[in-house]
Amino acid sequence: MTALTIAAQDSTTMLGRELKHTLRFPLLLIGSILAPVVFLLLFVYILGGPIGGGLGDAARGAPYVDFLVPGILMMTVAAGSGTTAITVCTDMTGGIIDRFRTMAITRGAVLTGHVGGSVLRTLVTTAVITGVALLAGFRPRASVVDWFAVTGLVAAFSFALAWLSVALGLVAKTVAGANSATLPIQFLLPFLSSAFVPAASMPAGVRWFTAHQPFTPVVECLRALLTGAPAGHTGYLALAWCAAIALAGYLWARAAFRRGTR
Amino acid sequence: MCGMNALTKHATRIAVSANGLRKAYGEKVVLDGVDLSIGEGEVFALLGPNGAGKTTTVQILSTLIPPDAGTTSVLGHDLRGEAGAVRAVIGVTGQFSAVDNWLTGEENLLLMGRLLHLPAAERRARAAWLLERFDLVEAARRTPATYSGGMKRRLDIAMTLMGRPRLIFLDEPTAGLDPRSRNTMWQLIRDLVAEGVTILLTTQYLEEADQLAGRIAVLDRGRIVAEGTPDELKRRIPGAHIRLRFADAASLDAAAAALPEGTREDEELVLRVPNEGGIRSLRDVLARLGDGVAVEDLSIHTPDLDDVFFALTGHPSKEESQ
Repeated sequence: MTALTIAAQDSTTMLGRELKHTLRFPLLLIGSILAPVVFLLLFVYILGGPIGGGLGDAARGAPYVDFLVPGILMMTVAAGSGTTAITVCTDMTGGIIDRFRTMAITRGAVLTGHVGGSVLRTLVTTAVITGVALLAGFRPRASVVDWFAVTGLVAAFSFALAWLSVALGLVAKTVAGANSATLPIQFLLPFLSSAFVPAASMPAGVRWFTAHQPFTPVVECLRALLTGAPAGHTGYLALAWCAAIALAGYLWARAAFRRGTR
Repeated sequence: MCGMNALTKHATRIAVSANGLRKAYGEKVVLDGVDLSIGEGEVFALLGPNGAGKTTTVQILSTLIPPDAGTTSVLGHDLRGEAGAVRAVIGVTGQFSAVDNWLTGEENLLLMGRLLHLPAAERRARAAWLLERFDLVEAARRTPATYSGGMKRRLDIAMTLMGRPRLIFLDEPTAGLDPRSRNTMWQLIRDLVAEGVTILLTTQYLEEADQLAGRIAVLDRGRIVAEGTPDELKRRIPGAHIRLRFADAASLDAAAAALPEGTREDEELVLRVPNEGGIRSLRDVLARLGDGVAVEDLSIHTPDLDDVFFALTGHPSKEESQ
């Protein structure tokens, strides 16, 4: 067996372990479904009226729910980072990681397993959220190709945030700390993006940040794909951000993992 | 590809050799020049109090952390360049439970089998055999969260054994176990030894090292202060004795006359009588003392880690924690 097939085999084993964890503790999934559902219902049924009325051109004449759902989808991807950081930190603070480190296993297979598990969990949670959104009146105008693109972008964004969350889980001293470290990803960045309202409607300082932070091109691209509008350059920008975050997260995670036992 | 390891590798006589191991965390020197040489098939105990450097030694020898200085080889492989080869032949059971708490006992073993790249049939057979051997069949389909401390420790060792390691590190294998589980663990360790596995075990208990190890090294503040067989070490330690305290000097005199081998401590009205034979020798001492002498207090003293330390280093083991 070559080193590469062994690496693939070890990563698959670790992925299988992650999936088993998720099946045994569905709370890992439910936790990252609950918050986006609450926000979806809150914004559609309670806050959505006045916000939707004030959207003007940004809504392209569609109801607010169609503007909102791409943002909720992105938020669902972000919500998975909490679970990922928690599971990584649980591994690192328990004894099992020392066992893995003293076995002849591909280094980092345990991390790849976490990333793979995170992406698969996110694909499940975003599918569930899409279902809830349809029930809440979301009417996408995406073609089959668009849906593939949406799935691809969700997976890419999830992959990027997963590496970042793995790094956060590795450097956190406690499981609670790991969760707190992902709160900006889960809530702050989605709210300071054009997920809920267009960047143009925000105060000047925030508007600049919103226009230039990575979550905005992701949500803009999802929105364009789901409403059947042209995505323009947002797709490339979103993918570039995903690649940059994934690379930074990966390098950070690798360094933190190598730093050894605590 | 597996299983060939044992055949292709030539037999080495030395399982572990370490020279001048040093490790410091900032200002705190944890290992200050440790030398070890452990033969294949030997059970070697590192005895010392908390903070002596036992766990650090195990972490270095099991490839978890690099030493600051010193050379080490494990089963013929240099730790620095051949960590992967070392990992393939060792097994580690640490102080802290190294099991996956979200998987069942059986799944934990099968996970090890997959990571060791064992074929599916062998994986299942070996897991089933280990569950049987470690008395975990009933618990196989439950998660370790429902296990007792002893069961968790048994699963931990079973996981270590999935890979048929030639050298096993047991870092305080009985810490926190009740006496019954501790005895079970001792028996398990003896069985492993009978199969020819080399074992490096760390412990805080002289009794445990005495029971299990063929050779003991006493570790104190990152240095090995004594090394030898249990008997050699015990000869250097003040022996077990019975301490008898009397109400008055007359009783002490009478007792000292009846038990001439005893040592008097007049101001405390105490007589210390050597007691190497356990209950039999206690009975003998009491019989020779007779009914006429009134003993106010009797205590039995067996040498423990504190005595070892006091005898070997001149300071008690507890001092370390201050």
